[in-house]
Amino acid sequence: MKVEQISIFIENKSGRLAEVTSVLGEAGVNIRALSLADTSDFGILRLIVNDREKAKAVLKEKGFTVSKTEVVAIEVPDRPGGLSDILRTLDSQGINVEYMYAFVERCGENAVIIFRFDETEKAIQTLTGAGYNVLEGERLYQM
Amino acid sequence: MYYNEEFETLPRPALEALQLKRLKGMLERVCSGVPFYRETFARAGIVPADVQSLADLRRLPFTYKQNMRDSYPYGLFAAPMEEIVRIHASSGTTGKPTVVGYTQKDIDTWTELMARSLVTAGVHRGDIIHNAYGYGLFTGGLGAHYGAEKLGASVIPMSGGNTKRQILIMKDFGSTVLTCTPSYSLYLGEAAREEGVDFRSLKLRVGIFGAEPWSESMRKEIEEKLNLSAVDIYGLSEIMGPGVAIECIEAKCGLHIWEDHFIPEIIDPETGEPLPEGEKGELVITTITKEGIPLVRYRTRDITSITYEPCRCGRTHARIARMSGRSDDMLIIRGVNVFPSQIESILMDIEGVEPHYLLIVDRKDNLDILEVQVEVDERLFSDEVKHLQSLTQTIEKAIKDLLGVTCKVRLVEPRTIVRSEGKAKRVIDKRERN
Repeated sequence: MKVEQISIFIENKSGRLAEVTSVLGEAGVNIRALSLADTSDFGILRLIVNDREKAKAVLKEKGFTVSKTEVVAIEVPDRPGGLSDILRTLDSQGINVEYMYAFVERCGENAVIIFRFDETEKAIQTLTGAGYNVLEGERLYQM
Repeated sequence: MYYNEEFETLPRPALEALQLKRLKGMLERVCSGVPFYRETFARAGIVPADVQSLADLRRLPFTYKQNMRDSYPYGLFAAPMEEIVRIHASSGTTGKPTVVGYTQKDIDTWTELMARSLVTAGVHRGDIIHNAYGYGLFTGGLGAHYGAEKLGASVIPMSGGNTKRQILIMKDFGSTVLTCTPSYSLYLGEAAREEGVDFRSLKLRVGIFGAEPWSESMRKEIEEKLNLSAVDIYGLSEIMGPGVAIECIEAKCGLHIWEDHFIPEIIDPETGEPLPEGEKGELVITTITKEGIPLVRYRTRDITSITYEPCRCGRTHARIARMSGRSDDMLIIRGVNVFPSQIESILMDIEGVEPHYLLIVDRKDNLDILEVQVEVDERLFSDEVKHLQSLTQTIEKAIKDLLGVTCKVRLVEPRTIVRSEGKAKRVIDKRERN
């Protein structure tokens, strides 16, 4: 039920983001979703890609610090209040969202949101219990 | 103008005779009172009676800062604790400071030498001395304070910080003399301008600046911006504190070192051999009157040269040139001594931090700034910003707590810090030097 995200440490200097994307492009890795958290000194680039192992290998070879993180992909009804309902459900169980970002593709009528929780297992249980669809990684990488 | 004309202008033969007499007495004292010296002298096969001339001094072994650390805290004291009336300390490599103790006579000597130094810099009774050197374990504040009182000047014990208040007091109290680090003086100048206070309207006449290296061009800038005459003062806590040497206002060409209390030598830091007059090398000082913690041939690690040429001010004491660097890797950041190895050991104590670091020292708005670059490898990396930020804060706090220096930690990508085959380049000092 979990999705593997790769995270890359990027110094805040020109050309570093371009370097990451070109390394991935040359290796034929397709980026499915991304988010960039930035501070004044550095950024953390988080990616869902179609080929995690390859992405990790080519980036490490180029000297980047890369880590894998388990995140959760959830189908969110594409209507006003859709996201709000999910967040309220999580909040009622005291689960924190560390960060979240939207997936590029839709899943049928629904949007897909990537979540990183402080308590991943509990979040998955809570959401499936409330009737939400938590997407499998394999399905997501190929979407 | 002299404070102690007799001693300040003592003809050299008399001065050297006095040095030899005091040197012999000091050697007897340390050999009977300090096990460390008894042992190092025995190892060198020398007894105090072997020293029959000042030239024999070079036969004695050196004392290093490490010897003070090894005997932490009181191991090198030559006087019993009942006679120690003051203890000062400076920062140390492993978090443990270097400790110095003063007997009442030592405090009296320091006070006299500081009073001499003030007069040498053109200060006199009636002056109002704004003392912005830090008060506390650091010798700067109290050293300058006692000398100023002894001279009969009015001293304002400002200590460091609270810049707005400093400017208000300097203006309203009519300060005529400013004592602080050279970089802080420029910072005060900038801050005053922002407050709408014109330094030209103040009564400041003389500035006595030390505790960190500065340059001739910085002197020009200070004199122009602060509208005062800037004088360089030298001192180190191991030897005494401020007032070991000072420029005279007449010549401002080299710092007179008070030779009736200290014997200076310039040596080649590699070979330890004495260098001829005028050549640049490491300053070595032997204290010949100190009781609390006398030091024999102490390696200051400061690079300078010495001249015995008569000075136009009439003082017969030798002059050392403005310090032009260090023979070790010590950095002076806002007056605080910092060794790269201290930062390294702090980083190593933080879990997961690799010892790949780079210190970048720069000067912004006339204040020293330290940036510590640390490489982020997979063990340190987190996909959450807050974890990385808390890591930088942990390092910043550890450095502040242990070294007393505020720094900014910057996380950098792995292998961005240059690896070199020989000695690793750990420091980039962008501050202006001579």
